[in-house]
Amino acid sequence: MRPWVAWALLLGALSAVSLCVGATSIFTGELDAGWILAISRFPRTAAALLTGVGLALAGVVVQQSVQNRMVEPSLIGTPEAAMLGLLAITLLAPGAAIVTKMSVAAVAALLGMGVFLAVARAIPRHDPMLLPIIGLIYGGILFSSSIWIAWTTDLMQYLGTWRLGEFSGVMQGRYEMLWIVAIVAVLLYAIADRITLLGFGEAQARSLGLNYAQTRGIGLAAVAVITAVIVVTVGYLPFVGLLAPNIVSRWRGDNLRANLPVVAAFGAASVLSADILGRVLRPPYEIPAGTIFAVFGACVFLWMLNARPARRAHG
Amino acid sequence: MPGRHGAPMADRRVLMLTGVLLAAALLFLTWHLREPMGFILSLRAGKLAALILVGAATGSATVLFQTIVGNRLLTPGIVGFDALFIFLQTMLVLVLGGVGFTQLHPNLTFLGETALMTGAALLLFHVLLRRGAEDIARMVLTGIVLGLLLRGLSDFAQRLLDPSEFSILQFVTFASFNSVETANLGVAGGLIALAMLGALRLAPSLDVAALGRPVARGLGLGYDRVVMQALALVAVLVSAATALVGPMTFLGLIAASLAREVVPESRHALLLPAAAVIGAITLVAGQFLFERLLGQQGALGVVVEFLGGLLFLALVFGRRRL
Amino acid sequence: MITVSNLSHEAGGARILSDVSVEIPSGGITALIGPNGAGKSTLLHCLAGLIRPAAGAVYIDDAPVLLLADRDRARAVALLQQSQTIVNRLTVRELVGFGRWPHHQGRPGPEDARLTQAALETFELDQMADRPLETLSGGQRQRAQVAMVWAQSTPWLLLDEPLNALDPKYARDLMHRLHELTRPGPEARSVVVVLHDINAAATWADRVVAMKDGRIHASGESAEILAPGVLGELYETRFDVLDHEGRPVVVSR
Repeated sequence: MRPWVAWALLLGALSAVSLCVGATSIFTGELDAGWILAISRFPRTAAALLTGVGLALAGVVVQQSVQNRMVEPSLIGTPEAAMLGLLAITLLAPGAAIVTKMSVAAVAALLGMGVFLAVARAIPRHDPMLLPIIGLIYGGILFSSSIWIAWTTDLMQYLGTWRLGEFSGVMQGRYEMLWIVAIVAVLLYAIADRITLLGFGEAQARSLGLNYAQTRGIGLAAVAVITAVIVVTVGYLPFVGLLAPNIVSRWRGDNLRANLPVVAAFGAASVLSADILGRVLRPPYEIPAGTIFAVFGACVFLWMLNARPARRAHG
Repeated sequence: MPGRHGAPMADRRVLMLTGVLLAAALLFLTWHLREPMGFILSLRAGKLAALILVGAATGSATVLFQTIVGNRLLTPGIVGFDALFIFLQTMLVLVLGGVGFTQLHPNLTFLGETALMTGAALLLFHVLLRRGAEDIARMVLTGIVLGLLLRGLSDFAQRLLDPSEFSILQFVTFASFNSVETANLGVAGGLIALAMLGALRLAPSLDVAALGRPVARGLGLGYDRVVMQALALVAVLVSAATALVGPMTFLGLIAASLAREVVPESRHALLLPAAAVIGAITLVAGQFLFERLLGQQGALGVVVEFLGGLLFLALVFGRRRL
Repeated sequence: MITVSNLSHEAGGARILSDVSVEIPSGGITALIGPNGAGKSTLLHCLAGLIRPAAGAVYIDDAPVLLLADRDRARAVALLQQSQTIVNRLTVRELVGFGRWPHHQGRPGPEDARLTQAALETFELDQMADRPLETLSGGQRQRAQVAMVWAQSTPWLLLDEPLNALDPKYARDLMHRLHELTRPGPEARSVVVVLHDINAAATWADRVVAMKDGRIHASGESAEILAPGVLGELYETRFDVLDHEGRPVVVSR
């Protein structure tokens, strides 16, 4: 069986399960099954898939841009920057359209990454562990500013929903922004070769004729848009962007022209699985997918950190 | 002799710091005191005691911890000690059930948790720090991620609880500077005082231990035993502080770094009290500033984290490594 | 020919290149030698058009390299960076295939596949073409990276310390291959290579450019430059140059 067929079958099966499982049964006939599917289950399934795709791709781009596998947006403070932007626009223009808020969040996320990259230039390269440490502290600083602002302005509950990804509130009419992720994914696939070249490092990539600054700019803008959309609609899920590229890379390498769809499919399948798991573990309550991923992702990250022997610079 | 000459100087500095702390405490107690004076005073005194205890515990725990791991950028909070405490507390509620948990005597649970925490911290240390001593960045990152995992597990466990049990847990774990957990004040105070006395007794050995394992053992120090003792003290201090006001990642970094500025000789007999007093001053003066002068109730914890994070980054960039 | 005229560059307030002018004729191997911090690597990056110097210009076959579009530049000159900075998990064939990127920009044709295969064979990598890079030895990996810039099919090839971390055997093999490939002929290329090992330069280089303190100390035929007098001034230590079967051997005293 060809790999893409296997992935299509897996995603199809997960989607079917996701459509069937939930607080309200679609089989007893108490409520119109078609209506539930259309209004809640289908949007929810699509939202989880799109979120997974977006987070996984954002992780790839960030990793290639800084030539470090130990990072993803939430490990370099990107969602925290987006939240700061969201808080600002919510305070300044509470009635602004969701598109406006999302755009402001994307710009803030891009700014946040710009600052991080400027800071990261000063860090020596030889130790790949240092970058995520700096990134986590940087994200912590941004987030504590958000908490302060939210606290003094009574917006704490917003911060909670932006920070914790969950899909229980997803309904028709409240998730459609996530389709932007699909558009961005197609765009990223079109420049997959260029993203791979980013990972060669600036000098080597430019020597191969890549417009490095422009490519990285486009890539990071894509990350910013993805992060902003996800934070606004369902809330951020940590570690997806770290796991999907790393696991796929161990198994199939890093040629993104061939791999990007696999990374995206892996992200989609894992987020949807987490969401399904959250629905069935403790019915009728739901455990947010973000909570499940925080546990699962942290475990895998710990394994990555300690299972792999430190690779020497020269083999 | 430098030793003779140095000691009173540094002692004077610690005394001066204590003076500053007393002044800050006095201001905190008496600023805009209104009727009913007795009631307000007792409220403020409880809060003041908690702030001083937490500041002192965090400051001295951080100095102890930095000596054991041989790195001046780390705090117990950075490598996930307070996450461990919250995790243990959550597990306790999960296992005993909310009702069972509330039926336990609060002081008893607190003591039990501290004992558990000490054991878990020793275990964690063995797994984590020993092996990572030569690879400090990997160790720190492992600690941070472990903290994220424990926090994630706590969240996860809390979601498995009934909403009623969940609210009990929220009540016990989400202490902050606004809602200081005064029920435990007595027992926490006792533990912190005992731990700090223990730390002071350990101070001469710690001076030697700071030279690193091979040198310290060469000088005839039972290095591993000292490390275990110090770590147990760190666990007690962090448990007590976390129970009172919740997790504080960077307060200790601020206190320990400032203490090293004030007492550069790095003798633990002076460093530990200095860090403790500076930690207390930071909290008391900070809370006075934000609560009384600026009217920002919840700001102190956030501001300390913010500034501490900046300090951490500045220190990393100053040294270009961890 | 590469022409460098009055090149100066500084970074972080420190002068790295001061008024460098040199001509590097086409064909053969030109070795760039000099003590640490002489500015060799910076000069190489300037030749590749990857650094915009503070003053001066570099012409590759009469075209000012900084005015070339990215793609045209990447078809005129290829640079292999110092050490193994590429951390991506690719197979050897995928890596070498990226050498063709400036030609196809993401749409490889049969010609690209043919030239990739040719580069693999030239560097004797065809047996391991589909193995992941991280399973290769350091020497093989370095060879794969050289094959990548070779597949770029540029008249000029710039290599920054390619022998670093290579065993003597691999170092010799690599230099020998470059030597063969740069002999006069219809497909001959020109190689500029930064070398730390003076004897590698003595053995393989046709010309030597010696740099010191951001300036050209001397340049010319290998035999002129690799003489006790020039080397002594260059490295501030004394050298003997012995004759071993007609080849110069440099020994420090």
